[in-house]
Amino acid sequence: MVKESTVPFIPRTEPICPRNERQPEVREKDTIAIKCPKCKVILYRRDWEKNLKVCSRCMYHFKLTAYERIDLLVDPDTFVEVDADITSIDPLSFVSDSQTYAAKLNDERRKTGLNEAVVIGHALVEDRPLALVIMDFRFIGGSMGSAVGEKITRAIELGIAQHIPVLIVSASGGARMQEGLYSLMQMAKTASALAMLGEEKLLYISLLTDPTAGGVTASFAVLGNVILAEPGALVCFAGPRVIEQFMHVSLPEGSVTSEFMLEHGMIDAVVPRRELRRTLGRLLQLYSYME
Amino acid sequence: MAYDLEFERPLAALEAEILALQLKGSCLNQGELGQLQKAEHELRHRTEAIYHNLTSWQTVQVARHKDRPYAQDYLRLICDDFFELHGDRCFGDDRAILTGPAILGGNTVMFICHQKGRDVKAKRLHNFGMPHPEGYRKAYRLMHDAEKFGIPVICLIDTPGAFPGLEDEKRGQAAAIASNLYLMSRLRVPLIAAVIGEGGSGGALAIGIVDRLLMLEHSIYTVAAPEAAASILWRDSALAPRAAEAMRMSARELQSMSLVDDLVAEPLGGAHRDHRQAAQYLKAALLKHLTELQQLPPGELLEKRYRKFRDIGKFDRI
Repeated sequence: MVKESTVPFIPRTEPICPRNERQPEVREKDTIAIKCPKCKVILYRRDWEKNLKVCSRCMYHFKLTAYERIDLLVDPDTFVEVDADITSIDPLSFVSDSQTYAAKLNDERRKTGLNEAVVIGHALVEDRPLALVIMDFRFIGGSMGSAVGEKITRAIELGIAQHIPVLIVSASGGARMQEGLYSLMQMAKTASALAMLGEEKLLYISLLTDPTAGGVTASFAVLGNVILAEPGALVCFAGPRVIEQFMHVSLPEGSVTSEFMLEHGMIDAVVPRRELRRTLGRLLQLYSYME
Repeated sequence: MAYDLEFERPLAALEAEILALQLKGSCLNQGELGQLQKAEHELRHRTEAIYHNLTSWQTVQVARHKDRPYAQDYLRLICDDFFELHGDRCFGDDRAILTGPAILGGNTVMFICHQKGRDVKAKRLHNFGMPHPEGYRKAYRLMHDAEKFGIPVICLIDTPGAFPGLEDEKRGQAAAIASNLYLMSRLRVPLIAAVIGEGGSGGALAIGIVDRLLMLEHSIYTVAAPEAAASILWRDSALAPRAAEAMRMSARELQSMSLVDDLVAEPLGGAHRDHRQAAQYLKAALLKHLTELQQLPPGELLEKRYRKFRDIGKFDRI
């Protein structure tokens, strides 16, 4: 097991490979039609893909993979992935049912083609450079363990080293239980790095997607200078299930969402998917300054 | 004192024997005196054997013991002149968080603590030690002020977790916790935290970004309560003991994983058996670390604190 030293990160200037996307072993069936889980309408796959995987009738935003998200947001051919090879180990020798955490990790890597629940790197958005963190819900529910926390921290440190803004796109059920306290401490680690970024007067834009929950929400996700969210995303700390169990109440459908957060003053804007890149561009321009 | 936890039952019978003999007072004959001494020795020996080898779940039970000292109890015993300050100047006063300055070993420190309640009324008043956002904002306000006046901050952590209500989501529980993490990571005064009971996830971490993390010997610190973890992993919260073992939440286990800076000894059989002695041990540990930290200039303090959390995590490269 290798643990990284404390050498400050300096990215390569040209990509070794622009991305490290392996084909997942389990491909979703290339059906001709997709059913919207919210309004139940049947959509043609081609139209659905052209509409950025958003239901044309009810605006339900389907989940995107990390690489789909990158393609959506950044200028073409500008994304350089870094530290794609960082991956989790099993520090507690955690066993759940008959499977060890180590075995589960192997399974997930095989199934998704990812090494972890987050992809980091740098790219241009409307010609402006920024450091990127894009989470992927497919890998153990986007949960944050040591490897995810480490990658996010590296991306923030990349922002500091290169003096560029940072964008973090969250998609996570929360902390990864199989790594115990190591997972909780990633909240501390990422928040500390963001505090350093803030001292350097660098912009951090946070984009919340469905879902953003638990320890992820209560750390880096809500520390953005600007916090954007996709429509209808579940955005919460404890979440509806925990609230219902604990308080013995029944919450109405769609209780704790992006719109709820906007109404209660927690985020800056709800932005439909097709307007995200333009919105990012505007913000980067507004927050840029002459040095 | 009662041996009321289920793993202590072997000791209860022995204690009953001792009490019966002690009640005889000076009427004990030679044989009975010998018997009493032997039984007392045996009790001590067996208590040590059990308490030096507690499992994770047994530690959870001790950490949650109904007679375990809470923050208020420690403050009364370890410092002079504690002055409680209230309110977040914004919304309300959360009684699950106890804050204010006090004199500890001749210096002013700012205490930020979780406070649980002992009887039914107190439990409700202090919301079982589960803070709302206004509790964390009270902590933020006091920590910010402590920095202004150069006062070190000592946090006593003892919470099942942040309160998970719908109102809390509305008032920004996540934002309150995250703001504290952000503030504490760059606060220019020494920060020490001691987990005195339960370190409940983000609700604990929100006053836990520190230069030195201490844990009482039989306390726990966890990313999720064992019941919650069991619920999520195995859809059965009754499997909490199994979750506790799997997640390694006891102070001893965490120290062996280098996640704790120091273990604070507890009186034999747990802090609940002797509040006064438990407080003595805690005070000594706090003063020791405080003295060390006060030697460091703020720049170095911040750098070391960043590295402390920066280096936490186990990962590999494919």
